[in-house]
Parts: sequence; structure tokens; C-alpha cells
Amino acid sequence: MSAEDIPKDYSESPINLEYFYTAGSATTRFLNQVKEGNIVGQGCPKCKAVYVPPRGSCPRCGVATDIEVPLTDKGCIESFTVVHIPIPGNPIVPPYVCAMIRLDGANISFLHLIQDVDIENIRIGMRIQAVWKPKEEWTHSLENIKWFAPIDEPDVDVATLRFHES
Amino acid sequence: MSDSKDLLRAPFELAYNYKRSNGPVMSKFFDALGKQTILGTKSSTGKVFSPAAEFDPDTYESLNDMVEVGPGGSVESFSWIEAPQKHHLIKEPFAFALIKLDGADSSMLHMIADCNEADLSIGTRVTAAWSETTTKRITDIKFFTLEK
Amino acid sequence: MKRVAIVGYAQHPILKNAGALNEVELIMPVVHQLFNDLGISQKDIDFTCSGSCDYLQGAAFAFVEGLSAIQTNPPIKESHVEMDAAWAMYESMLKIQMGDAETALIYGFGKSSPGDLDAIISLQMDPYYISPLWPDRVSLAALQARVLLDQNVITSEQMLASVIEARANSKNNKNALITDLIDESDYLKNAMVSSPLNQLDCPPISDGSSAMIIASEEKAYEFTDHPIWIEGIDHRIESSNLGSRNLATSKTLQASMDQLNLKNIKFDVAELHTQFSHELPFLKSLLNLQDVPTNLSGGPLVGNVMMCAGLDAIGKTYESLKNNQFTHGLAHATSGPCLQHNMLVHLEAQK
Ligand SMILES: [Zn+2]
Repeated sequence: MSAEDIPKDYSESPINLEYFYTAGSATTRFLNQVKEGNIVGQGCPKCKAVYVPPRGSCPRCGVATDIEVPLTDKGCIESFTVVHIPIPGNPIVPPYVCAMIRLDGANISFLHLIQDVDIENIRIGMRIQAVWKPKEEWTHSLENIKWFAPIDEPDVDVATLRFHES
Repeated sequence: MSDSKDLLRAPFELAYNYKRSNGPVMSKFFDALGKQTILGTKSSTGKVFSPAAEFDPDTYESLNDMVEVGPGGSVESFSWIEAPQKHHLIKEPFAFALIKLDGADSSMLHMIADCNEADLSIGTRVTAAWSETTTKRITDIKFFTLEK
Repeated sequence: MKRVAIVGYAQHPILKNAGALNEVELIMPVVHQLFNDLGISQKDIDFTCSGSCDYLQGAAFAFVEGLSAIQTNPPIKESHVEMDAAWAMYESMLKIQMGDAETALIYGFGKSSPGDLDAIISLQMDPYYISPLWPDRVSLAALQARVLLDQNVITSEQMLASVIEARANSKNNKNALITDLIDESDYLKNAMVSSPLNQLDCPPISDGSSAMIIASEEKAYEFTDHPIWIEGIDHRIESSNLGSRNLATSKTLQASMDQLNLKNIKFDVAELHTQFSHELPFLKSLLNLQDVPTNLSGGPLVGNVMMCAGLDAIGKTYESLKNNQFTHGLAHATSGPCLQHNMLVHLEAQK
């Protein structure tokens, strides 16, 4: 029997599962600070790497990141992509920019939006700062930051941000 | 350490709308269900599997000889659920059961409803009750009921 | 076959809801405890293998996150099974047999508290004929219980005895979740979940993690003076066609017993991954363990961490042999509905 002879029959096979998720210790500490408009990374007691957002461990060393490291909401773009295709259910109208944001003092980056910028001008190393929602809308979520926007500071050479074993 | 009240908690739903291709054997089985007929597959040793198996787990041969079975059969085992859970399809007390359809040598897992626990025992005769609409899924058989 | 030994095992206290700990935070303490006990670090480990289920966390590739619990720099050789960590131990055993590793770290983790375990388990079954009916794990186990009762393979008195004994044995297990004793009247007044199984016939929803280290003969004595040898290990699976199986017996376990030549071994102790009360008398009779102290830890009925409980059976057998003057131990791990997939591990202490 060739593939063409096989009836093209499909069964709908929907899956849905409901969870009641608990954040765990590290994420709870982080998000409680985000609720107050603070970004507090967590540092490794061995190699001193700083994680934002923290997951509770340093995967380099396999130990708990129990040092709280307050950071500012400024950083630079470590990489970015311009999204041209609308994603079903996503309210943001293309084209828009998703970037890996490296906050000053952090050793990892996280994904967020860049706005208030000409897409042609966006570049790796560009200095950016968080644009926060109004305080009364703050919750336990990084969505308290609407997006990041460029600031008038000289670009950073991202090669200098690479982690060096201390 | 556990069950702390300061913990952040949030509900979260995971959903995927998969479509699965049925393949040659199961396509015939599900097409037949849409016509309120139950098929099985017959192996070279004469053993009949229903729901239609694509291979014989003992001889490993692939199976495509379709034969009609049921719609009546007998209960091989059952578990009675007095308080159905959220994800169960039947909201009244019902049973999950292994049902050996007439003409088959293996059993079908399905549900038995519209009866009481006391009506059921191993060997009880049941017959298929059909869903109002066909979706080419095993749920085209709504459940099994006691044979009149 | 190269000789391979278990040299260490650690288990997190089993929790009803480990909400205060994410998966990484659950794994780290047991791995650290093992390393501290043996005075070693990740650098002494050639191969790392974990067992977990992404659906429990509700996130694709959730097992990768688990790796953050161990030191992965410089890069390590690692693997994962979407199964009980007993099978991660099996994979590690193969890795050592192939000469690719002398030492292996195995860990398993599972939190059943955030999701609906019954729904999750039904999605792991045949997606055409079984999952669309959403059979819960208790109802499936109950189908086998009824067959065993009907054919007099076991009795309801034995099921009751399993439950009472598990509670009594929990005193031997500092990590047990359920420790309160019960008597016959408590058992009989418990409501059925899915008859013939009541709430007490079923394991508790559990969160936890476990870790184990195994090593080749050359390395084992560097780590410990008391290695426990893996004399035999075998796993086999039955058809996923539930309705074609004979639920009154287990062809796979019989084949594994023959393969491992267990008939003439006088076991001192056994730990079986029997999650429901009827499975203990069933497997004891099938494995000729009637006179062998079994599930002295209380077994899964006093704490049943998904994706760990099989590894825990091996770990508890290891601990029994190490802490007592026992010679032979038998451990069992299972997966799938109605004991579909079974592993037997024959452990032996140095005489
Ligand atoms: Zn570190």
C-alpha cells in the first residue's frame, strides 16, 4: 500500500490539562520584588554569576543561588529579532522587536519587547531601560514592564559581557 | 518548608488541539463506527482483536483482515465510579470496563452507564449505545448498557 | 557482564505538596547529600541520567530545567528518560557495560501536586482507543484488582493486610509521607474511589526526588567500603493493547525471573513498586516472595513520587542490604497501566 492509498482520515484529539502551579522559593522571592517594581537577581556563592530571572540554582556549579543582588532596570540588547508575522492570539501588531535583554550586573539575558524605537536603528549593544506600567497595575509578573526603550548612552561591546570564571 | 502561605500560586491550563492520522486499519475501524458497526482484525491464528489492532502482540504479524464483531458482548472486568471526576465524560455514576465483544478474542476498554453497580458482574451482557453525532473517535460508542 | 554496584542513594522527604520548592530546589539537596556522603563531586561522575515526566510540570522539555540542579560546567555527558528513574538507572547500567562510563549519577523527580495526576496518566495511554475515554489510573488498576479477586489469585483480606502493613512499616522510613496506623474498621468504612479500590488501597499524591550513584567494580571501592552489587537487571513490557492482556498474570515478570535465574535464590528482602494494595499479594505470589519481608519501607502506599518510586524500590533494597546482615535483595519497578512494564533488579551484598 502506497502512502496515497491510505485514507486521509484524522481524529480530532484535543488535550487539555489544568494545573495549579506553585512558584517555588527562588521564583517567589524574585516575583515578590517585581511586584514592588524592583529587579533582584540571585547570585551564585561559588562562581558569583548573577541570574535574572533566577531559577534557584547556578547550573555552572549546581548550588543554590542564595545571594540577593539588586539590579537597576537598565541594560543592553544582547540580540534581537524583528517579528513580521502575526501570531494568533498575540495582541501586538507586527512588525515588532523581541530582544534578549542583558541587565547591568547580570550574567544571563531574558526575552522582552523593545518599543519606542525605529526598527532600522536597533542594534546589538544598544542601551535600553524598562518602561513600566502604571504602579497600580503591578502584579507578580515581568509584564509589569511594558517593554524596554532605548536610552541616550553609548553602546556596549557585548563581547565584554561574557562570563569570566573568577 | 512546604505548604507555606507566602507562596505564589497560579492556575494554568495546557491545551493542544492535536489531529491524529488514523492509518489504514484504524481508519476502517472508525469509519465503521460512524455507521454504528464495530470491526475487529483477524490474525492468521484466527484470533480477533477489537478494537481493531494493527498487529498481533503474540505473533507480531500485521493485521488487516477486518471482521464485524458485537455490538453485544460480555464484561471481563469493571471498576465502578460512584463520584466521577472532572475529566470523566459521564457525570453520573458509571463503570470503566473491559468488554469482550461477540466474535472477538480481546477486550475493548470502554464505559458502562445507565445501570447500578449491583447490575454488573464479570460475564454480564452489555451492548453498545451510540453517540448522536459521529466524530470518528472511540467515543462514537457513547458507552455500553445492559443488554435487554 | 561488568560488575556494577550501587554505592549511594538519597531520597528527599516525600511531601504532599512541595509548593515551596520548584523541581530544581527539590533535586539539589539529594544530589548534594549523595556527594557529601561519598566525599565526591560531579567531576567524579562520568554519566548523568534523569527520569521525569514533562506533563507533571506541564511544560515541554521541563526535564532540561532539572539539569540546573547539578553542576554542568564543564559540560557533562547526560541523558534523560521520560519514565521512572529506575529506567535511568538501567540506561546508566548499559552505559557502564558499553565501556563509556565507570560511574553514573541517576536522579528522578516528580511533583504530582500541581496537576491532575489521573488526567495526566490517561494521556500517556493509547491515543486512539484509550485516552479519549479519560480512564483514570485508579480505575485501570481496579480492573486488574477485580480480575485477580475473581480468579482467586488474591483475596480482599490480603488487600487489607497490604494497607495495614504498609502503614506499620512506614516507621522504618524516615521519608514516608503517610505514617498514621489504621485498623480494619478504618479500612472498611473508607469510600470506594473506583471499586474494588477504596482511597486506602491507592497511593497518596506525592512530591519528591531521589538520587543514586552506581559505579563499576574498579571505581566502586574508591567511593565506599560497602558497595551493593547489581547481580541481575531485566525489564520487559507487555502490549499496549490492554484488552489483549491476561491481567491475572504477568508474562513479562515470569520471563524476567527466568532470565535472571531467580528461582533458586533465597531473598532476604524485597521492595516492590506496588502502587495499589492488590498488587503486593499478586506480585509476592508471582515472584515467590511469600516468606520474604517485602516493602519494609512501607512502599508506594506510604509515599509514591511519580518517576521516582521505582528507583526508590531499588534504593530501599540497597539500604536494607547495607544496613542489615542481608545478602540477597529483589527490587521491582513498574510503569504503564496494570503492571504493563516491569523491571526486576537482583542486588547482592558482599559476603
Ligand atoms: Zn556558580
